Amino acid sequence: MDRNQMNRQLANMRKALFDQGYLDEQFVQLEELQDDANPNFVEEVVTLFYRDSARLIQTMDQTLERNPLDFAKLDNNMHQFTGSCSSIGAKKVKHECSQFREYCRQRNGEGCRRTFQQMKKEYAILKKKLEVYFQYVRQVALLK
Amino acid sequence: MECSGFRSPRNDAFPAGLRVLVVDDDPTWLKILEKMLKKCSYEVTTCGLAREALDFLRERKDGFDIVISDVNMPDMDGFKLLERVGLELDLPVIMMSVDGETSRVMKGVQHGACDYLLKPIRMKELKNIWQHVLRKRIHDVKETDIDGLEEIQMLNGSLSEYGSDFYSFSIGDMCSGKKKRKNAESKQDDRESSDTSSIKKPRIVWTVDLHQKFVKAVNLIGIDKIGPKKILDLMEVSWLTRENVASHLQKYRLYLSRLQSDGEIQDTSFTGVRRGDVPPRYPAKNVLLQRPMNAPHDDVRNGNCSTSGNKSPLQNIDVKIEVGGIKEFASGPVADQIKDLMGDYSDCKKRSNQCLSSGYSFRLPNSDVKLADSVPSHYLWTAEYQQIERKQESRFHLHIDNKFNHLPPKKPKIRQNEQINTMPVSPYFSHSIADFEVQGIREVPQAESDLYTIQSESQLIGSQQFEQTFKSVWSSKNGRSSADHINLDGLEFAPRNIGLARESIFSSEGKESLNNVLQGVHQPMTVGINNGESFDCIDPELLAGETPLYESLNLFIV
Repeated sequence: MDRNQMNRQLANMRKALFDQGYLDEQFVQLEELQDDANPNFVEEVVTLFYRDSARLIQTMDQTLERNPLDFAKLDNNMHQFTGSCSSIGAKKVKHECSQFREYCRQRNGEGCRRTFQQMKKEYAILKKKLEVYFQYVRQVALLK
Repeated sequence: MECSGFRSPRNDAFPAGLRVLVVDDDPTWLKILEKMLKKCSYEVTTCGLAREALDFLRERKDGFDIVISDVNMPDMDGFKLLERVGLELDLPVIMMSVDGETSRVMKGVQHGACDYLLKPIRMKELKNIWQHVLRKRIHDVKETDIDGLEEIQMLNGSLSEYGSDFYSFSIGDMCSGKKKRKNAESKQDDRESSDTSSIKKPRIVWTVDLHQKFVKAVNLIGIDKIGPKKILDLMEVSWLTRENVASHLQKYRLYLSRLQSDGEIQDTSFTGVRRGDVPPRYPAKNVLLQRPMNAPHDDVRNGNCSTSGNKSPLQNIDVKIEVGGIKEFASGPVADQIKDLMGDYSDCKKRSNQCLSSGYSFRLPNSDVKLADSVPSHYLWTAEYQQIERKQESRFHLHIDNKFNHLPPKKPKIRQNEQINTMPVSPYFSHSIADFEVQGIREVPQAESDLYTIQSESQLIGSQQFEQTFKSVWSSKNGRSSADHINLDGLEFAPRNIGLARESIFSSEGKESLNNVLQGVHQPMTVGINNGESFDCIDPELLAGETPLYESLNLFIV
């Protein structure tokens, strides 16, 4: 495949991430921040996000195992996590986060747990997709 | 010339070069904001902890033009930070949050935020933050000289005609005259009067003395009934304007109401270091108390003021002093007594050079002693607060810096250190009012033989040096201390992030966490390119393993 084809493929990958609702406008903001001074800015930010948020997820996992559930703490943690997710534009993950917080407010433990699993799923899916995407980005960059 | 050694002069290129301090516990956002602000041609400093931010601001007086802070932070409520920055440093503060609820925004405004941004933040929102800096300057200039109306009119006129260059120039002119007047009393930085091309305004500095006069005046009539004109008359300070007093009164009232509405006593945060020579005089009725050493961190915020029920509020404030290594606090009765007692604890002086690592508390003799002028007037405010808040008072232990809460209780060791020996000189508010809010009372057991207790009336000892010394010790002792924050000098990632060099999001740690995350996930993930095409165009070597990514990532290290 030549360079043009690769570029097109990369563009398609990117477009799909948006069309399928995995990423939102914030991701574009990150791309716009990328420049010669920080040529891999987007990937760095994403990597940083996944690294930092893993900790939060672990905390929430532990908190969800307790009985009775500390909804205030869960809500607080999720608030933090939502803030983080908003930094890279993780749209689907954010959606699950709001659901979770809603269940927290309703003090619905089962709802919280269910949503949390869903959130983790989306979180992992996005991570994998972005990994593949950046791999491709780098590959394309090497061709230039 | 520049005492902070940091301040970069602003010039006609305003708003370029605007000096911004960003405070956010989320490292991802910190990175993004830094990049965004740099793209706006601003000078950015990032900070992962609110307390560090406060230190930074205090150390680099006039080193920043504006502060942007997140609302939710682990070590300190963003609103509190906002309050302190506003009160102490009079800098515009912008709040950020992912939560845009009206009540939150309102709280932000009430605490003095000049703007409230919702995350995710767009760059265009940051482009215009300079307006807050400019607005404040204009407002402050107007405030300082009611007679300068003519000048202000001229200013407004020229602004529209000439734009920012002329504005800076004319403001500078206007300011230098006033600065000369103020300099005599307010001990402003020399560079302010020399830098006429900057648009700095002459800030009123509320020294301890000044604030004392202010409070005396207020107390004569009563906080509710008094007005700025009356206060001004009572204070008898010729160069002070009604506007100065009015805005100070406003802040003071805000502070008091905040304390009252907060109800429970919050933590104190004793940050900021002032080095230098200290005239050892203490204004009366100042109290600085610190958290007893063995207070478990969880309880700190829940502590209650213990009252042994006697006398007037300020009569029996106990301040435990960590003796040993403290060679000189002050002259006067307090100092003498302290010195005497210190003599008894001379062995403390010979201890190891470790610093107080888990806080300390003070008790001062029960006499009225004048504390250093340099002691910021927050102390006074606290004392007054106590007067107002506590009807039946006896002992207050004001606590210092929750940061140390989670340290295990230790026998305090003093570092023999010049820092501890001298009192700070600070003509400015070096600590916020809230620093000295009474927190929980926790009795330090007498078993702590290092502590020397003296009953006190109401005294105050500046102990900024302690803060500094045990801060440095604490962070070196406590690996955890730096693990989660980003240092002040730019984005210097914590040790765990250094691993980034060798890891990617595929890293073992990442994998582990990914596995953890996936534990609850039962459906297999499908990974692939969305359009269904395969990767045959990609060099198989790259896909073979994760090594290429590691190598590639090495290039990306910040």
